[in-house]
Amino acid sequence: MSSEAAHVVEFPGGYTRSVGPVIGRFLTELRDGRLVGVRTAGGRVLVPPAEYDPDDGEAVTGEFVEVGPAGTVRSWSWVPRPRPAHPLDRPFAWALIQPDGADTALLHALDVGVFEEGADPPRFLKTGMRVRPKWRQERTGSIGDIECFRPEVTLINAPTRLEYRLRPGRALDRFLQGIAEGRILGHRCPECGQVIVPMKGLCPRDGVPTTEEVQVADTGTVTTFAVNNLPDPRAPEVPFVSAYVLLDGADLTMLALVAGIPADRVRIGMRVKAVWRPREEWVASMDNIKWFEPLDEPDVPYERIKDYV
Amino acid sequence: MGDPCAVIGVGQTAYKTRRLDVSVAGLVREAARRALDDAGLTWKDIDAVVIGKAPDLFEGMVMPEAYLADALGARGKPIMRVHTAGSVGGSTAIVAAGLIQAGVHERVLTVAWEKQSESNATWALTVSTPFSASLVVGAGGYFAPHIRAYMRRSGAPDHIGTLVAVKDRRNALKNPYAHLKIPGISREMVESTPMLWEPIRYLETCPSSDGACAMVLASADAAKAAPNPPAWVHGTAMRSEPIFFAGRDTVNPRAGRDCAADVYRQAGITDPRREIDVAEVYVPFSWYEPMWLENLGFCGEGEGWKLTEAGATALDGDIPWNASGGVLSSNPIGASGMIRFAEAALQVRGMAGEHQVDGARRALGHAYGGGAQFFSMWIVGSDQP
Repeated sequence: MSSEAAHVVEFPGGYTRSVGPVIGRFLTELRDGRLVGVRTAGGRVLVPPAEYDPDDGEAVTGEFVEVGPAGTVRSWSWVPRPRPAHPLDRPFAWALIQPDGADTALLHALDVGVFEEGADPPRFLKTGMRVRPKWRQERTGSIGDIECFRPEVTLINAPTRLEYRLRPGRALDRFLQGIAEGRILGHRCPECGQVIVPMKGLCPRDGVPTTEEVQVADTGTVTTFAVNNLPDPRAPEVPFVSAYVLLDGADLTMLALVAGIPADRVRIGMRVKAVWRPREEWVASMDNIKWFEPLDEPDVPYERIKDYV
Repeated sequence: MGDPCAVIGVGQTAYKTRRLDVSVAGLVREAARRALDDAGLTWKDIDAVVIGKAPDLFEGMVMPEAYLADALGARGKPIMRVHTAGSVGGSTAIVAAGLIQAGVHERVLTVAWEKQSESNATWALTVSTPFSASLVVGAGGYFAPHIRAYMRRSGAPDHIGTLVAVKDRRNALKNPYAHLKIPGISREMVESTPMLWEPIRYLETCPSSDGACAMVLASADAAKAAPNPPAWVHGTAMRSEPIFFAGRDTVNPRAGRDCAADVYRQAGITDPRREIDVAEVYVPFSWYEPMWLENLGFCGEGEGWKLTEAGATALDGDIPWNASGGVLSSNPIGASGMIRFAEAALQVRGMAGEHQVDGARRALGHAYGGGAQFFSMWIVGSDQP
């Protein structure tokens, strides 16, 4: 039988390390919120700086060069499940970032936003991405003075919200009052005699006021329709049929949902009837009608509805 | 019709899914700068600016004329914005032309754009009030029943829409600015794509594009100094009608027929199919080509699909429609109408490049919007009227 125990080895207070003049300068500049590199004898700028050129072992010059703070991601590795010692507690990338003006890249954490643990890397995380450091408020002279790098700002969010009082107006008020009582009302135009549903209090064609109220049936005929296959969170489940329905007694079609029949069996000329919600749920809104569904009646010949499409 | 008016500069951006490299100001400046270069002018030569875009809720940008005045060099100059839904690119150009024809200005810059990547057209088109039910069908869902009605009424065979989808995308391969480039596009490819809003298939619809288009319009005097050949405005017209009224013909709207009759009368055209050399017509869903062939009087009612089927509207047909690839290949909504007007101008200037129709001397630019209820059209020609 095996046993296990938690075991911690920790040097009290942490080791001290002298950093020397080159790394020391780098850390001191970090504490002041600046990124610097050092120039090699060959002219390259190393970031983070070292006392020697890693390519040939020659000592670097004493020339320090301010670089960045913006830089370019040269490579990255996604961390979908950060460990306790990681600098971020949500998915992030370790990235090799080449600051502008530097010839080498430094390794740091790249924060690309809020993701659920285990998430895949976002599509916008790419080699070549432009990033900048996020500095800590209180800096001590360590690489952690940069909390992480973040993408440059390329998009902003512009919240938009309009709130206003809406009045349906006399005609629509009366129409909705009818709907609240389970009746569909319209107006007959005194000029052309056409019945307009819902009424607007005027005939758009003749430009005259309308007042003569007419109740029309909640049955009608599909004049034309579309089968919608493109999902939208606010729309009915696809496929759904949006149809123009000519109510019996009306001279204007109305856009409505047709259900209770497979989408591929809906036809021009098909007879339909409104399906009302339970009476106790009725309010002054078209929502009282859930949709239209087929009536067991023969189709209307196209000739009789062709002038309404 | 007032004083002569000429198009002396045209500028377009490439049309793409996303132009994240520029702000809206950067986008419109790109098109405007190219139009000024074509006209051999600088910002200070412009007297007034007229801009147009799709409805405010598309990108949630209200009063863009205030935001963009400086970006378009309009400081201390008149600037105005035009609203007519999808037809806005066309009507914006017409308002700008009116300022020249009225003798008010010598050189007017007109610009239209859309940044669809920052917009949601389906949402913006389906903001319903508490008083009405919403089906959230967007533009495709709106137009699909009217296309079905056209098919029923005309007896057109099912494949006509496919032919237009292929033809316009083939033309787009010759247009460096076009968004959709589908080498080897074929009927089979279009027919294999799903029905989004039956009877409209995926490849029978326009893309969502970012882009801008600009033109410099000039008086006869100002046109004399232009480095490149002008396109002369031979007629302009706008018409609209309510979206719902008893007796409305949604398949062949009266506003479109009246608008065409007006613009032809101004240009002295009695037989559009014979007298117009090339047309750039707003066709966002492929079936609208045969529908507008009839609405615009290129043939009798019920005959449009036969012209399409016979290849009359192809680049090598007798009346090429949408040599640029049309809205089916690039659709920055607010700009789409102006692109039609600008492409018509490029054709009669002989500057349309690889999609130039040989010897084009008179062209129609057309735009429509809303529920096929707003129309704007112009006729441009290489001769001064």
